[in-house]
Amino acid sequence: MSAAAEISFDNVVKDFPRPGGGEIFRAVDGVTFSIARGDIVALLGKTGCGKSTLFNMIAGLTGPSAGTVRVRGRDPFGEFDALRGEIAIVFQNDRLLPWRSAIANAGLGLEMLGRGAAERKAAAQFWLTRLGLAGHEADYPHALSGGMRQRVSMARAFAAGAGILLCDEPFSALDEMTAQTLRGEFSSLVRENGRTAVFITHSISEALELGDRIIVLRRPARIALDIRLERGMDRARRDEIRENIQAVLAE
Amino acid sequence: MKAPGETARRAAELAAPFAVMAIAWEIAAWNFPPFLFPPLAAVFRRAAQILVTPDDFVHVLATVARILAGLAGAFILGGGAAVLMGRSRAAERFFGPVLNFLQGVPALSWVVFAIIWFKGTEQRIFFIMLVTSLPAFAFQVLGALKAVPKDLFEMVLSFRPTKTQMFRAMILPSVLPEILTAWRVNLGNASRVVVVAELVGATGGVGYELLQQQQMFDMAGALAWTLQLVFFVLLAQWLLTALETRAFAWRAAPERSL
Ligand SMILES: Nc1ncnc2c1ncn2[C@@H]1O[C@H](COP(=O)(O)OP(=O)(O)O)[C@@H](O)[C@H]1O
Ligand SMILES: [Mg+2]
Repeated sequence: MSAAAEISFDNVVKDFPRPGGGEIFRAVDGVTFSIARGDIVALLGKTGCGKSTLFNMIAGLTGPSAGTVRVRGRDPFGEFDALRGEIAIVFQNDRLLPWRSAIANAGLGLEMLGRGAAERKAAAQFWLTRLGLAGHEADYPHALSGGMRQRVSMARAFAAGAGILLCDEPFSALDEMTAQTLRGEFSSLVRENGRTAVFITHSISEALELGDRIIVLRRPARIALDIRLERGMDRARRDEIRENIQAVLAE
Repeated sequence: MKAPGETARRAAELAAPFAVMAIAWEIAAWNFPPFLFPPLAAVFRRAAQILVTPDDFVHVLATVARILAGLAGAFILGGGAAVLMGRSRAAERFFGPVLNFLQGVPALSWVVFAIIWFKGTEQRIFFIMLVTSLPAFAFQVLGALKAVPKDLFEMVLSFRPTKTQMFRAMILPSVLPEILTAWRVNLGNASRVVVVAELVGATGGVGYELLQQQQMFDMAGALAWTLQLVFFVLLAQWLLTALETRAFAWRAAPERSL
């Protein structure tokens, strides 16, 4: 494992108890990888292959059954508080607090870091504006469309100032137009701030468009492909990668 | 915006049941002697007199204080039990049946136990008010805690908040609506129990005054004292509603109701 790794997994296994009790269900089956600072990594795999479970382990919301997970050298589950301010998540659904306005939602991350109201507000305002929500700061989530809510949740993640961004199918709940705009915004926002991002997707095109690297998972989660994408690949190379991924996903 | 006609119709709807009750009462008053059915005017005159006579009104205040003290105690203890139950299955398995058992005991039995166990009148009343509201509060707060949305909780947790931050940003706003509803319900119950509790030798309060009126066979007086409690409950509910409307402005107001 390289010392510079932002996120590293070493032979990670995750088992869930079956509802009936007795036997267990293996969702993650020996995953090893390491992600360097500044990379944008796309995580691809069929539904139910354990992508969200991998995320929850990176975020420390759940611990591995075996193996080790490290984020900036720390155990995100065991040393939960040590990583305060380092990780922000864009969840699959927006998960906005319905009792807070858009701007108060977007400022949540800095609030949890104990930052003052002025700083929170400025950061939240900045990111809401970047994401095209100027004028909607005072709106409550119920008054926003699905796409706007997802943008607030992205603003919340960016405004938290965390170096590591985890995005769980951030564009899948949006209409194609909105998704396309946000994808463009997303990669430039991540890159210009030098952050590390891991995003889950089930779209090969999205992975090719946004990622520096694509990790493809089997079900239960095992690494099937781990491809680094060169900048300015030619069409033929892209198509080759696309076919390789399709072949794995079709298995 | 509602049309003026609509507002008038609403007001008429609101007043109708009271108007019907008042008319029925007045008809009874014409046909029976006043010690059975005193005319409404007499009842309201007595009620107003109580409100403006300091020596009488202190009794109302004493009863209100007893209601609020009992409810506050029950909320603190019941809420505490609910937090324990929410955190541990073992605590829930232990406290659940205990609270169910307490809830099954009639208020009048608590009055008897209170007289046997405690000497002071105020202690007896506080005990009765506490023990009759506690189980309901505990179950209501537990229900509210269990209804905290797991996905939102996890989202806040992912920012690694302190316990206080989690409570203020997530738990409190999420349980508040149900807590207010619990107060509403328990306030109504408590103001019915309090008069029974005050029969245990209280030398003041609405219950004590009711007993006096009964001994004098003064129906107008009995009604006037009863109305004081009804007024209090209405006032308190109105305050809670005002609080709710302010606190829950974030909620989507459906244009059609259920
Ligand atoms: N908390 C849990 N308890 C039991 N099983 C779970 C839990 N979370 C996920 N699983 C199971 O693990 C597998 C992987 O789930 P998930 O990581 O959500 O998949 P993905 O995000 O790739 O669609 C699924 O079969 C799911 O049913
Ligand atoms: Mg998922």
